Amino acid sequence: MLTIKDLHAGIEKNEILKGVNLQVKPGEVHAIMGPNGSGKSTLSSVITGREQYEVSKGSIDFMGEDLLDFDPEERAHKGIFLSFQYPVEIPGVTVSNFLKTAINETRKAQGLEPMPAKDMLKKMREKMNLLEMDKGFLSRSLNEGFSGGEKKRNEIFQMAMLEPKLAILDETDSGLDIDALRIVANGVNKLRSADNAVILITHYQRLLDYIKPDFVHVLWNGKIVRSGDKSLALELEEKGYDWLKTETLAQ
Amino acid sequence: MEQLKDKLVSSFMVIENELNNPDWAPVFDVRQKAMDHFETKGFPTKKDEEWKYTNLKPILKHDYKLFPKRDAEAIEFKDVKRYFLNDIDTYRIVFINGIYSSWLSQTTHHGFDVCTFSSALLRYKDELSTHFAKYADNEESMVALNTAFARDGAYIHVPKNVTVNKPIEIVFFTTGEGAEVMTQPRNLVIADEGAKVQIIERHRSLTDHAVLTNVVTEIVAEKNANIEYYKVQNDNVSASLIDHTNVQQARDSHVSVGTFTFGGKLVRNNLTFVSNGENTESHMDGITIIGDGQHVDNHTLVDHKMPNCYSRELYKGIYDGNAKGVFNGKVIVHQDAQKINAFQQNNNILLTDRASIDTKPQLEIFADDVKCSHGCTVGQLDDEALFYLRSRGIPEYEAKALLMYAFSADALDYVRIPELKTRLNRIMGKKLNVDLELSL
Repeated sequence: MLTIKDLHAGIEKNEILKGVNLQVKPGEVHAIMGPNGSGKSTLSSVITGREQYEVSKGSIDFMGEDLLDFDPEERAHKGIFLSFQYPVEIPGVTVSNFLKTAINETRKAQGLEPMPAKDMLKKMREKMNLLEMDKGFLSRSLNEGFSGGEKKRNEIFQMAMLEPKLAILDETDSGLDIDALRIVANGVNKLRSADNAVILITHYQRLLDYIKPDFVHVLWNGKIVRSGDKSLALELEEKGYDWLKTETLAQ
Repeated sequence: MEQLKDKLVSSFMVIENELNNPDWAPVFDVRQKAMDHFETKGFPTKKDEEWKYTNLKPILKHDYKLFPKRDAEAIEFKDVKRYFLNDIDTYRIVFINGIYSSWLSQTTHHGFDVCTFSSALLRYKDELSTHFAKYADNEESMVALNTAFARDGAYIHVPKNVTVNKPIEIVFFTTGEGAEVMTQPRNLVIADEGAKVQIIERHRSLTDHAVLTNVVTEIVAEKNANIEYYKVQNDNVSASLIDHTNVQQARDSHVSVGTFTFGGKLVRNNLTFVSNGENTESHMDGITIIGDGQHVDNHTLVDHKMPNCYSRELYKGIYDGNAKGVFNGKVIVHQDAQKINAFQQNNNILLTDRASIDTKPQLEIFADDVKCSHGCTVGQLDDEALFYLRSRGIPEYEAKALLMYAFSADALDYVRIPELKTRLNRIMGKKLNVDLELSL
């Protein structure tokens, strides 16, 4: 589904990713861990097309197409979704109006008719139930005055509505208490299928207790320095990142 | 400019006789003085501090017809229906080329007066001599000019403790009849103690010829009165508007004025609030969204003469192409006006590097125990917010439009007529080229 080869990218002259390789297949969950400043958020930004980042080398292939050719909205239309670490507050635009626009624009790009309002509302209700959200949510301004937990839940709600093929969850666990984390994780798990894939970007292995990854990668200094299964996350939890840094430098 | 002035001066002599009849006596002297003042001072120029950023020259060079023909029934309702709020019942005072159209209007004298200024001149001499030309600054030559020529407009008087049961629409159409036209409507609104009223004012040119409207509105809110006044300024690009609105507030009164400008060639709004009593509330909201060849200037003045009052100004502007905006917000707090809370905010987005905005807060505070805040910003759209929307599949142009809408929408919070709010949303959507149907 997603193949990243020797990816070098950064802001202006400052190279942050220094040769990332990653392959994600349908149905898989990948966790990307690493200390602050290791390039985790840069990686998600580059995959989703944030314009400040420049790719100097390497490629990202998504379902047979070169992703770097496309605008952020086109990538969304192809099925890429990013759950933001810091969702932006947009006063004056309601959650429902925003989602309606997003869904119908995606449908338009896929050559489909707009979703009838009734179906849309039904789907919204269904997904809100899944995430234990209050229905008053729909008429609130997007993220405005939302608590940290509400913002993250709103991100997963959007993901549930947009049904992406590849979802990247950037630090979705940060700012969540244990109940909210359980609800969000439960939502993500229910949305998993054999056709879609998830990349979890996280500091801590706490989230991985709830969403079980098939692979765990450690990103450090712009490179994936180690890959493994869930046990790698537990090892990191126990020992921290320093032993990996030392080991990497020794190589 | 000089030609137009000469024409106005000589026209005044022509109508002097008409005006100088016993029925119009209470206002005759006022007019005469106003005309003298205009004759001495002439049109404002860029040399006047208050007109530094707004040059009237280009709109004063036209050979405006000052007294268009009386063909007030030349418009059929179906042709102009869209300029009214149709989904609800309203009172209507409608003018065509400055002349009252009874055909399109729905006025009343039952319980309160919703009628024309000209009929009030005959019928309500006391009110007229008490209020007419007592508030709008006749030192300002455009006001003086209007006062001299004031023949018609809206007259609204709501007696003590009466609430007007539906909004009042004041609409001025200009058809031009093949010529360039200048009109000078004059409105007077009086809300007695505890009275409540909602008013919408709109100017609409139906011709491509140049149109100049020089309108003056005086608004009196007596003790505990509540007035909402909305200006919908969405005219075509041949039409220009110079507006002076003066609001007088007695104690405990609440007045809000919304100024929503999306069209017109040149629009200059002079909005003055004078707080003459304690515990008044004054709200001014404005949205300006304009593009190439358009100029909008909002001058506000809030004059706090008494203590314990609250005033709030929120003006948002979005300028595309080579559009030019001006915001000048003056707040005066007199020495005895303690415990004033005055808030002023002007936020602008420039979409191109050819668009410009001159924004200037002016605070003159002589009291020591007051809370006055002001802020102005000039910026571009937020890249992070834009990326957020695009990453959800919303194309760039639409994401920009949504953000522009979101940027300005809080200036609609005080619009208390839902149908008007929907209408404004629709106009903004159209202007921003995006579907903003906000219901699901």
